[in-house]
Amino acid sequence: MNITINGEKEHLTGQTIVISDLLQIKNVESPEMVSVQLNGKIVNQERFQSTSVTENDELEFLYFMGGGENK
Amino acid sequence: MLINQSVLSAITEHAKQELPHEACGYLAERNGVIEQHYHMTNTDKAADHFSMDPGEQFAAVKEMRRQGQKLAAVYHSHPETPARPSEEDIRLAYDPGISHVIISLAVPESISIKAYKILSEEVFPENIEINLEA
Repeated sequence: MNITINGEKEHLTGQTIVISDLLQIKNVESPEMVSVQLNGKIVNQERFQSTSVTENDELEFLYFMGGGENK
Repeated sequence: MLINQSVLSAITEHAKQELPHEACGYLAERNGVIEQHYHMTNTDKAADHFSMDPGEQFAAVKEMRRQGQKLAAVYHSHPETPARPSEEDIRLAYDPGISHVIISLAVPESISIKAYKILSEEVFPENIEINLEA
């Protein structure tokens, strides 16, 4: 299966994979703090285990960004 | 970290404009020089905390890619405290690949900007070198 992750072409064995497994095989640290966009649409965290990635899909992974002076 | 003077000026101005709230955004580099800032909405609209909007984050990194830039850092302001990472900043620094730039407005006549790497909750100061020609 050929997909694009963060603009880079990737080849994976198999026809399909769910997002949570994809994050794992890509060794993404703290996956619970990652936002995922699949073909231009943001996927809710609770759907990572049920949303499949298939041939020619385009994904973006980004970390949550937050913080503050927290006086 | 090598950063264009124009970018430092712009993020300082952004920090002032967002008062009393914290400002936040991304910094993009090309060939090792930070050449552009991307304003983000602080969805917390708070004086002591920020969160970025994921939709804006995705749009910004795609624009960087189109421009041939890379994400180098996240910046945010501390309206009332020094330019060093708070416990919250450290706890929420999940992306090991980027730097963290903090703009302190605690002393308005002497605005301070500092940069850090935060890896596994350890903080490493980074030098900021200013490219005066841009």
